[in-house]
Amino acid sequence: MSVGTVEDHAEHHGVELSPEQQVKANRFGLWLFFISEIFLFTALLVARFFLWGNTRPELNQVVGLIATSVLLISSFFVYRGETAIEHGDKKRFMSNFLWAALFGTLFFIGVVVLEWNIFGLSGEIAGIEIFGTLKPTDGVFGGVFFAMTGIHALHVLSGILLLLAAWYNGRKNNYSATDNWGVEGTALYWHYVDVVWVFFYPALYLIGTAV
Amino acid sequence: MKTLKYWLISGYTKGLIGMAIFYALGFYLIQAMRNASGAEYDPNPGVMIGAIFSVIGFLLFAGVLTDWLKWIVGKRPPLKHGPPQGRPEWTRYINVDNNHKVIGIQYGITGLFVFLVGGLFALTFRLELSQPGMQFLTYKGYNTLFSAHGIVMIVSILLGVGAMSNYLVPLMVGASDMPFPRLNAFSYWVSIPPIVLVLAAMVVGGWDTGWVGYPTLSLRGAIGTQLFLLGFYLFGFSSIASSINIIATVAFMRAPGMSLFRMPIFVWGALSAALIQLTATQTVGISLLLSVMERSFGMTFFDPAAGGQPILYQHLFWFYSHPVVYVFVLPGLGVISELLPVFARKTLFGYKWIALSSLGIALVGFLVWAHHMFVSGMADSLRIPFMVTTLFVAIPTGVKFFSWVATLWEGKISFETPMLFVLGAISVFLIGGITGPILGTIPSDMPLHDSYWIVGHFHATMFGGFVFPYFAAIYYWYPKVTGRMYNEKLGKLHFWLMVPGFWVMSFGQMSAGIAGMRRRIADYDPALGVTGTQILITIAAFVIAWSVIIFVYNLIASARRAPMTNPNPWRSRAPEWQTASPVPELNYDETFEVVGGPYDYGKGTPAYVNMHPAAVPGD
Ligand SMILES: [Cu+2]
Repeated sequence: MSVGTVEDHAEHHGVELSPEQQVKANRFGLWLFFISEIFLFTALLVARFFLWGNTRPELNQVVGLIATSVLLISSFFVYRGETAIEHGDKKRFMSNFLWAALFGTLFFIGVVVLEWNIFGLSGEIAGIEIFGTLKPTDGVFGGVFFAMTGIHALHVLSGILLLLAAWYNGRKNNYSATDNWGVEGTALYWHYVDVVWVFFYPALYLIGTAV
Repeated sequence: MKTLKYWLISGYTKGLIGMAIFYALGFYLIQAMRNASGAEYDPNPGVMIGAIFSVIGFLLFAGVLTDWLKWIVGKRPPLKHGPPQGRPEWTRYINVDNNHKVIGIQYGITGLFVFLVGGLFALTFRLELSQPGMQFLTYKGYNTLFSAHGIVMIVSILLGVGAMSNYLVPLMVGASDMPFPRLNAFSYWVSIPPIVLVLAAMVVGGWDTGWVGYPTLSLRGAIGTQLFLLGFYLFGFSSIASSINIIATVAFMRAPGMSLFRMPIFVWGALSAALIQLTATQTVGISLLLSVMERSFGMTFFDPAAGGQPILYQHLFWFYSHPVVYVFVLPGLGVISELLPVFARKTLFGYKWIALSSLGIALVGFLVWAHHMFVSGMADSLRIPFMVTTLFVAIPTGVKFFSWVATLWEGKISFETPMLFVLGAISVFLIGGITGPILGTIPSDMPLHDSYWIVGHFHATMFGGFVFPYFAAIYYWYPKVTGRMYNEKLGKLHFWLMVPGFWVMSFGQMSAGIAGMRRRIADYDPALGVTGTQILITIAAFVIAWSVIIFVYNLIASARRAPMTNPNPWRSRAPEWQTASPVPELNYDETFEVVGGPYDYGKGTPAYVNMHPAAVPGD
């Protein structure tokens, strides 16, 4: 009971967590969740190396590189936003989180519209075809590529929702320089999802010979 | 009448309504999209999205997500605590409640219910097997029943583990609750819709794959297979969420003076099990999810016809499904170690060794999965290493046996029902343990792998490692939970029917296996000469079933007895017996302090816990 009234404290009880300890426990719990998710993402990497071996499908290197950069830039905004709220600068926190959500959305669109090409488009910029041609039904190449990017994209999507929720809570004045677990947790999650992509990107786009 | 009304507005009813609505929503949304794009009829994608939606609908309508949704829109609802206002107290057990003891009971009752359902499946096909030829089941019906028996029992055991871990861990370490009570409620309630999905799978055509769901059969099977895979997958969320709470409780909420090696030994078992659940669940989750996606979207992972590798599924699947038996067994063995000193009035022999052997089994358990694949056609080079690691499991397990025997040695043993079940558990676990290395060794595994021998071995480890210790735990802590003593005579009757019944069943299954009876097969050749054995196994199964009915009757009838006068009937040193029964809302009058060893019985040393330390200033 972090928000206790006088009556609450008169109540009998075993060990309870102070607000500071509760934040520590939250952080610990989130890290446990990350450890759990490492097994999910590792299992996907195992599937990739088991099924693709030393090969990979022909993918659009330019789109992949740009999408990766966009995601890393979003992490930078998240970092700036978190630092801002720790210094009590609510305005700067909110604008940075909004920018991060925007870049996260750009990454998401890059994957779904360009790489997945769910609308079945085609078109060129500067002589380079920017819409993907790989389909989920294209054997193990399609299966693994769509499974890995899809499960990662779901994490990005939930991260974007968390960023927006943190932004909205900022608007409602729910965070201060000392009380900002919501911001910290969201930032940690976003960095984590980014780091996962740092492993996925080379596994999908760089390692092995394209066939 | 009033009771019915409370059930009709309970979390279960609301959740099931939400589940149905959201399932229909997801299913028809996908069907409409597919119709619009002119795709040919295929129920798989709709069922997949419908099932995932249905879990969200259940949680939303039951009220599990309410506080979190309020957080998102900037409100800060306080944690609801204590019995419900304006409703009878019992209704908190059929609604979302944040108290770890209520959640523990919810886990326990749901688990027992599911256990009875799974047992009913077993009795049905056991009756079919008592004679060669097909009596009253179809092949398809047999396949569905034995498959459902497997997964339903696994779910029931996981719920039983949840019951013990949730109720006991915070109580034993001196906490008032778990660090994340809402997440704790989530982990219970999210387990209900997957159970509904698996039972629904039986109705819409069933499935033939057993609980393992191997491709390629799982990819080609009827739509029931899809629902089974999804139910199994979605149940994993419960395991992961629950494990986070248990680990964090041990990390953050121990009473002053309770160092890791002074915790009640059960906590070590629960902690080791939680570490496995936290990590390994993800790999079985992904193997099931990939199967579902392969069925739904025409993607390829496991189907060799399109370039996939069925063996990849088996690796991912067993990376969880071997360690998960330790999720069942480690809390069970923890109960054995916890209860033995109380009933032998002696200290637990080699506390540290037992504690570390739990962690040891959990770690070695991650390195042995491929022993399930000796006959699957995996790479030959993997066989010997996995045989060696498998045999290593015997070392930490042997440590436990040694310590139990040494604890009993020259003890002043008394034989109440919990102790009987502990001793029965040790005897049965010994049968399971000794028959294990025979299967872990490649040459003897080859002929035995798909035989009834493995059925006997597995049931002995599960009953010895979990089911009997769990019965011991229920009898032992029943007075703690209800404030009333169970009926000792009925308890003993339960024991004397069930344990010998189980011995007969176990030896029967193994001898049928040696004679050539195959597992997972509806019929057998009378020339095998196992018909007599099959009849014996079936009779034993029914004896076990009767004993379980007596057990359930005992639990229900004893709840109406007069309250106990003795607050500590087992003369236990453990902290949970130093507080009132039933346990107060926040467990203890004051935070206690650990001043002695947990199991120093008969030594004249100071108490384990000091319940009334000098008042801590400011609290
Ligand atoms: Cu195994």
